[in-house]
Order: sequence, then C-alpha cells, then structure tokens
Amino acid sequence: MAGLPSRGDPSARTGVISQLSAPGPSSDPRGQLAAVVREHASRVAAALVRMTGDFATAQDLVQDAIEKALCRWPADGIPDRPDAWLYTVARNRGRDVIRRTANYRAKLADVDLTPSEPDDRLRLIFTCCHPALPQPAQVALTLRVVCGLTTAQIARAFLVPQATVEQRISRAKRKITNARIPYRIPDPDELGYRLTEVLAVIYLLYNEGYLATGEQADSRALADDAEWIAALLHTLMPTEPEVAGLLALIRLHRARADARFTPDGGLVLLADQDRGRWDQAAIADATRLLVRAAKRRQPGPYQLQAAILACHAEAATWQETDWEQIVVLYDMLLCLAPSPVTRLHRAIALRYAVSPQAALEEVDDLAETLDRYYLFHATRAELLRAVGRADHARVADQRSLELTSNPAERAVLGRRLQQPA
Amino acid sequence: MKYVLLFVETEQFEKQLAALPQDERARAYELAGKWFADHADKIRGGSKLQGRHTATTVRLDGDAEPLITDGPFVEGKEVVSGYCEIDVTDLDEALRMLRTWPGCPVVEIRPLEPGS
Repeated sequence: MAGLPSRGDPSARTGVISQLSAPGPSSDPRGQLAAVVREHASRVAAALVRMTGDFATAQDLVQDAIEKALCRWPADGIPDRPDAWLYTVARNRGRDVIRRTANYRAKLADVDLTPSEPDDRLRLIFTCCHPALPQPAQVALTLRVVCGLTTAQIARAFLVPQATVEQRISRAKRKITNARIPYRIPDPDELGYRLTEVLAVIYLLYNEGYLATGEQADSRALADDAEWIAALLHTLMPTEPEVAGLLALIRLHRARADARFTPDGGLVLLADQDRGRWDQAAIADATRLLVRAAKRRQPGPYQLQAAILACHAEAATWQETDWEQIVVLYDMLLCLAPSPVTRLHRAIALRYAVSPQAALEEVDDLAETLDRYYLFHATRAELLRAVGRADHARVADQRSLELTSNPAERAVLGRRLQQPA
Repeated sequence: MKYVLLFVETEQFEKQLAALPQDERARAYELAGKWFADHADKIRGGSKLQGRHTATTVRLDGDAEPLITDGPFVEGKEVVSGYCEIDVTDLDEALRMLRTWPGCPVVEIRPLEPGS
C-alpha cells in the first residue's frame, strides 16, 4: 500500500474528488460511497445536534439523509459538497421538529456547517461511548453516528439481525434522552476512564474486522472504520498517548495485512509470512507515532501492545526478533492489565528468549483458566512438539481444532495434524 | 433533572461493617454523613431504611386476595438499604457525586418521570 495518500489524517482528506480518484483499499464503488459518508456524517450530525439541541432527533435526521444518499448518489453521482447535501436533506426533514421550538428561524440562521468545531465531534464520540450505555449499544451508536453506517450495514458486519441493531440503537437513544446523558466532553478528572471506554469500542471494532474471514467483506470493512475513528480521535486529542498507541497498534497490524492471507484466503502465521510484503513505510510511520507518544512517559496497554507489534515489524526475519525486549514489554503489560491471554502470548516469546521448556511450564500453569481457548491448545501443541513430545502435541492440536470455528484457523490446524508426527 | 439514588448493600458489605470495631463503624457512618452534608445543596430528602428482616412484600393480583410475604421483593445477596432524591444537571453530575460516596458498594441511579 506504499505510495498511497495517507488515510490517517482526516484533516488532509478534504478534497472529496481527489480522494475518490485515488486508488485505495476502498476502490470499489460501494466502499467509496461508504468512505464519503463516513467523512461527512459526523460533521452533519454534530451540526444538527447544535441546531435541534437534541442528540436522538439529530441522529434520526442524519440517518434518513444517509439512506437517501445511498439510494441517490450511485445514480446521480456524488455531489461536490456531500456534507452540504446531507445537511440540507436532514434539515428539510427536521423542519417540523424544529418548528416546534419558538426561535427556530434564529437557530437555522445560526447554523454554519463548516468548519465544524472539532469539539463537536469529540462530544459525539463521548456521548456514543458513555459508560451508562451497554457496550453493544456503544458500538452500534458509534458506527451509526460517527461513521454514518446504516443499521443494515451494522447488522451485516456483526452477523446479527437488523432488528437487533435497531433495538440496541433505539434503546440507547431513549436512555440518552430520558436519563439525560449529557452531550459533552468529560472533565479532565473523568477523562481517563471515559477515554478507556472509547478506546475499547474502537479496539473491539478493529478486532471484529481483523478476525473476519475473506467472505465477510462487511465485517472486514470494520477494520477500516476503526482505523478512521482512531485517526480522527488522534487529530482531536493529539496529546493523549493511549489514543496514539491504539492508532499505531491498528496501523502496525494493517501494515502486515497483505501477508496474513494466501491468495485463496488461507491464514499465514507470523513466523511464515513473507516480510517483503509488509508495508515498510506504514510500519515506519506507525513506529514514529508510537515513539512520539512514548515520550510523554504515560505507558498504557495500547502503547505496550503496539510496541510489541513494532518489535515484530522491525525484525527482518522471525529469528532476528528481539524476544527479550518482547518479554519485558509483556511483563509491563501484565502489570497494567493482568490477563491469562496476555500471559499465554508472553509464554510464546519466552520460548525464544529462554527455552521451550520454560515456556511450556508457564503455559501449563494456565491450563485451568484457558481450557476453552483454542489458541491455548495450539500453543501448547507447538511447545510439546519443540520438547519432543509429539504424541501429546497431536492431542493438543486436536483439542484446539475442536474449539475454533474460524475456517482460516481450522485450515492451519488441520494441515498441522496431517503432518507426520 | 431529578434522580433517585438507591443505595444497595451486599451481604459481604454488611458482614464487613458488622465485623468492624465500634469506633471504626462509627467513623464509617460519620463519613457517609459528611458526604450527605457536602452535597446537601443537591439532595432533596431521602432516608436510610431498616434492615431486610423488616421488609414485607405485597403482590396484588386482580381479584384475588393480595399475597403478603416476608422479605424484600427480590431475594438476593443485594438489597436496597436507603434512598435519596437529588436534583442535578444531568447523569454525569450524578455520577460525579457518587465517585466520592464512601458507603455501600452499589448505587442505582434512576431518573424520575418528568413532572413527578
């Protein structure tokens, strides 16, 4: 993907036409349309909340306008000012709502669509990810409000019925109105845990897209949306190191995306990936971002995970990986966020930094907590093989196969089981 | 915007409180009292409730005689132990108040119906 215009800096993406003519990950017309909508939906939403003074009403108006755009634009072409088009449609629809308030003419005159205050879009994000809303609703609202996805698109991406998504969104909006969840940026002393909530939503979106298999195009597009929101958030909050950390994490993953799959959709493990297919320019960019964030000396889980990825990304070969450094980073991560899955990943690094035997002992320690996790058994199988216990390894591989339904992962495990012991 | 705070005690909290030496228990009540005093401008009344053993639940089912049973309406490890009404700008202000609440470990925030 080297040489493409940076998708990272939303402020650099003002020229819609030049953006559309650039070849890129979303060179299909549907993807282009989604990208244009995403670019403008949250600005229009923010302007409408300002106009109507009501979050829920504004969201309905924007959603209607987006539905209309998705019908009309493929035939009529994308207008020069998509935001103005969306805004006009939404405003016209909203006239009745606004007319009920006495000073609607004054309000209409007040609203200036461009440039939207950066604060406005931050407010949108923080309201969508308010901790008083359940996480599935935070996710659905964020996609709808911040990225402008329709409920149908969200339902397809998460493989759930559209009615479920609609219900999540309408319940959330009712709660926002009835319990009076404010439309505001948290105060500095609340920002820490409120930001954690936002970052968790973006990370979940990213994972959902990252783990999706070849046929699930709608789910894979979530990775795109996640990177876009992370980049937007980084532009709006440039001094928050964990925001930069998450953005770097996502970009480091994506820089290697091409090498993760064979042409027929098979999964290629990190050790076997053709490192020539990694996007070195993107890796260098993401690493610079991470180094800048680290200078603030406020390490967090996203920065540390990104740093681990950077260690992998910078190694010319699997053998040259700096495993000692990776073990240290996992130790720091476990201090901040203890988790058995993180311990499992640390054990993999331990295998190369110390010995397979040391790693196996660490993994066996996790047997009880991770018995239902396919990766636990797959890792254990590899370690058993490395210490010469091939029979036990096959049993562990078999167990792992029973526990995953992801076709790409099943294929890797299946191949392994077919190899002579 | 008016909300009711429902203070909820857990079995564990009750036991811990009961196990405290008397002066420390008095100190715990004092801290809770100070919290109410600190937020007096937002609090519109409320009360601590007597223990769960004093609760009686009535179930009304149409024409049948009301069913009267001993105990809270849900039997569980958590029980409402007090309530107060507050008047604040929005949910975030209620959440902010509760960040310094020194008492029971669970609090439910319920907005009142407008006009009630």
